[in-house]
Amino acid sequence: MIRYIRWCAYFCALLLIALLVNIARVQVWESAAYGANPANKRPAIERYAEPRGDILVDGRPVTGSRDSGQLLRYERTYANGPLYAPVTGFSSQTYGTSFVERAEDAILSGTDPGLSAFPLWYELARGRPAGGNAATTVRAGMQRAAYAGLAGKRGAVAAVEPATGKILALVSSPSYDPSVLSGTGTKVKEAWTALNADPARPMLNRALRETYPPGSTFKIVTAAAALDAGVVSDVDAPTRTPDPYPLPGTSTLLPNAGTGCEDASMADAVQWSCNTVMAKIGVQVGLRGMVEAARRFGFNGEGLRVPAWVSRSNFDTDMSQDQLALSSIGQFNTKATPLQMAMVAAAVANGGELKYPYLVDRTTQDDGSQVRRGGERSLGRAMNPATAVRLQDLMVKVVENGTGRNAAIPGAVVGGKTGTAQHGVGNAGTPYAWFISWAKAEGAALPQVAVAVVVEDASADRGDISGNGAAAPIARAVMEAALATG
Amino acid sequence: MTALTAKVTEPAPPPPPGADAPKRRGVELTLLAGAVLISVLGHLYVGLATTGHLPGPAARYATGLCAAALLAHLAVRLRAPYADPLLLPIAVLLNGLGLVLIQRLDVTTPGHLTAGDQLLWSALGVALFVLVVALLRDHRVLQRYAYLSVAVALVLMLIPVFFPAVNGAHIWIRFAGLSFQPGEFAKILLAVFFAAYLAANRTALALTGRRLFWKLRLLPGRVLGPILAIWLLSVGVLVLERDLGTSLLFFGLFVIMLFTATGRIGWIAIGLLLAALGAYAVGTFEPHVHSRVDDWLNPFASIERGEGPGQLAQSLFAFGAGGLLGAGLGHGQSFLIGFAAKSDFILATAGEELGLVGLAAILLLYGLLVARGFRAGLALRDPFGRLLATGLASIVALQVFVIAGGVTGLIPLTGMAMPFLAQGGSSVVTNWIIVALLVRLSDSARRPRPAKEPAE
Repeated sequence: MIRYIRWCAYFCALLLIALLVNIARVQVWESAAYGANPANKRPAIERYAEPRGDILVDGRPVTGSRDSGQLLRYERTYANGPLYAPVTGFSSQTYGTSFVERAEDAILSGTDPGLSAFPLWYELARGRPAGGNAATTVRAGMQRAAYAGLAGKRGAVAAVEPATGKILALVSSPSYDPSVLSGTGTKVKEAWTALNADPARPMLNRALRETYPPGSTFKIVTAAAALDAGVVSDVDAPTRTPDPYPLPGTSTLLPNAGTGCEDASMADAVQWSCNTVMAKIGVQVGLRGMVEAARRFGFNGEGLRVPAWVSRSNFDTDMSQDQLALSSIGQFNTKATPLQMAMVAAAVANGGELKYPYLVDRTTQDDGSQVRRGGERSLGRAMNPATAVRLQDLMVKVVENGTGRNAAIPGAVVGGKTGTAQHGVGNAGTPYAWFISWAKAEGAALPQVAVAVVVEDASADRGDISGNGAAAPIARAVMEAALATG
Repeated sequence: MTALTAKVTEPAPPPPPGADAPKRRGVELTLLAGAVLISVLGHLYVGLATTGHLPGPAARYATGLCAAALLAHLAVRLRAPYADPLLLPIAVLLNGLGLVLIQRLDVTTPGHLTAGDQLLWSALGVALFVLVVALLRDHRVLQRYAYLSVAVALVLMLIPVFFPAVNGAHIWIRFAGLSFQPGEFAKILLAVFFAAYLAANRTALALTGRRLFWKLRLLPGRVLGPILAIWLLSVGVLVLERDLGTSLLFFGLFVIMLFTATGRIGWIAIGLLLAALGAYAVGTFEPHVHSRVDDWLNPFASIERGEGPGQLAQSLFAFGAGGLLGAGLGHGQSFLIGFAAKSDFILATAGEELGLVGLAAILLLYGLLVARGFRAGLALRDPFGRLLATGLASIVALQVFVIAGGVTGLIPLTGMAMPFLAQGGSSVVTNWIIVALLVRLSDSARRPRPAKEPAE
């Protein structure tokens, strides 16, 4: 019997070995696959087990966390959600994250290794550092001014600090409150469906993700290209341009909105927004020159990350002469985000050097000690410094005595450029009203702010729609806020 | 037929002073202290990790555990001084760990606290352990009660038929707010019966019977008949009650004990073949079982159907989340498994929070317990004792394999309690009695032989 008891014992040992091999398979081999299974709630539970770090504007949080008492414990709250939605984006337990919430997710959710001086400690203690904060470059006053200026009209505002690339305001309108998407359940799903079905597209970040034909504001790029290429050496010299201007190689005549553009100088053409002159100059610069100039301003780039990704602004690289003429005045296929046009104004204001725009100034640990600093970076030189100085003069004239007088601020030097962009089939859509500008306090060395404003559907008469009427007052309000806060 | 009432010899006289056989009671006491310490520290850690402060009744818990361990130790020291020193500490450690895990799971189910009940049942289990060790001076006494055992076992197993089903199985008796699984006790009684019957008839079983072909001989029906009938009856009742885990256990127990008694491997093979056929039939036609087999073959099918993860999938997720070192006590999410997290699926919590390392340690503890049982069987000199030790060790081994294999996806899941670890009063009490019997058997096995060897 001894022999058979031994056999039984060996049999039981075999069972034990089978169990051990199997748990090793489950806990080591398959572990990652189980963890990645979308039906496994553990990653989500862990992610929301602690309050999320905050996004700061002017050093004060514009976000918060709420203990929901649910399985996914902490939900995102937003103070002034619609105002800051284009900056913060949403952080939803159902739909993920967007914009700064997405770009800085590792910091905010506490998974960034930089949050702990000793990452190994948390590894051993099975804990996680508290979520860090992300301080944005946005200034509350400017953001509010831009949002109030749009007053619910469809459109966007982007403002940057020319010398650094800091994004000072980023507004898209109409907006939405991201807190309706924070949690889980049918209410959140309904809100998501409703927001997506809304024809006004409130969740679209028009400042970063929508591209518009820039219209006459693009003439700044054309002027810079002409000056840099030496096509125009004296801005005040009359050009030999007919009015209307027949597009090269076609019988189509390009008209002007105003009068007095025949043979106008480039200075006057910018000041009074002459399509004919600038189209002709663009053709004179040539396709290669124009493409190169547009590229230096940031068009056709790889796509910016501010750190949220930005839609690519386009200037066609293969066009006929007539198409080039139209593109040079911001029509045809030329498309730009409001941020891109703010960068155009900023390059002029900053003496020709273009800074990489950025939205997150610094990220910190829970206790405020710094994790990373959003660095200034140069995107290169958009134009010669001399060209920038001459363009600054031209833009100042636009505001002082040209098409952009609504942007003038007493006691400050303001340069601007209006734009009215045709779009839609046969140009049937309500034109987009553009205004790009920069402002410098009297006596300051450098302009403090560059702004781009686009208004999609100014509910005024079609004839009244112009950059000066609809967009310039908003730009002025934003610039005033910038100058007021320093 | 043969008499089951083998003559019980008087307990062996105490060895002369300075005898060579080591008693190892000091080792046992040291190991017990370790087991109690681990359990109390686990208890404190769970409190700290889940609530942020030490649990209120910690002192009482520690005192209670110490008192129970000491009492059990005293019983062994006085009444079974030669017993294997590992058996009691392993039982205390496993029971202590089970309490820690149940206490930890209680945190996630505030409306359904069970650690207190489990503590009471454990205390009762220890009390019964003390009682068995103290009163049962010689295991051979049990041989006398073989037929009584089987009668009581059958009655116990039949009773739940008259009670309403719980979760689809007629295996509980409920009264006065307590639920009780009589099938748990039946397995000890049945092991006693099998051991006694086979010990008495093993010569006939091993050597007689018509030869069929090669070494396969037809077992004598006269001898095999009664035990086969009783076994079939018990398994039949269990199948009726849909207690498939226990019927599997009884089947395995019968096969192992029959094999140990006769050494007829051919019959074991035929038995296994029949069992496989039966299991296949049940698995195909019984929807309850069928769905479990489906679950086993494809645990994530319900996710693909969009119904979310089932119990087994959640259990696998929990084990996977534990990884090598585990999330740490109190830091896991095994409550996602649902209502059976504290009973059938308690190992998932162990796997998630203690990791592969902790789970392997627990399984090795069971392995050690089983090995010590077999060792007692090997060292014993009477066939009844050998068979009983083998049977009891096999009960533990089979239970552990069936439930651990089930929750880790090795074999189809059958509801069964992890010995000592799982929540469930009857299970804890039964396992304490099993350990008490093993202590008694090992004491007999290691006791120095008296000068005159009694005839086997």
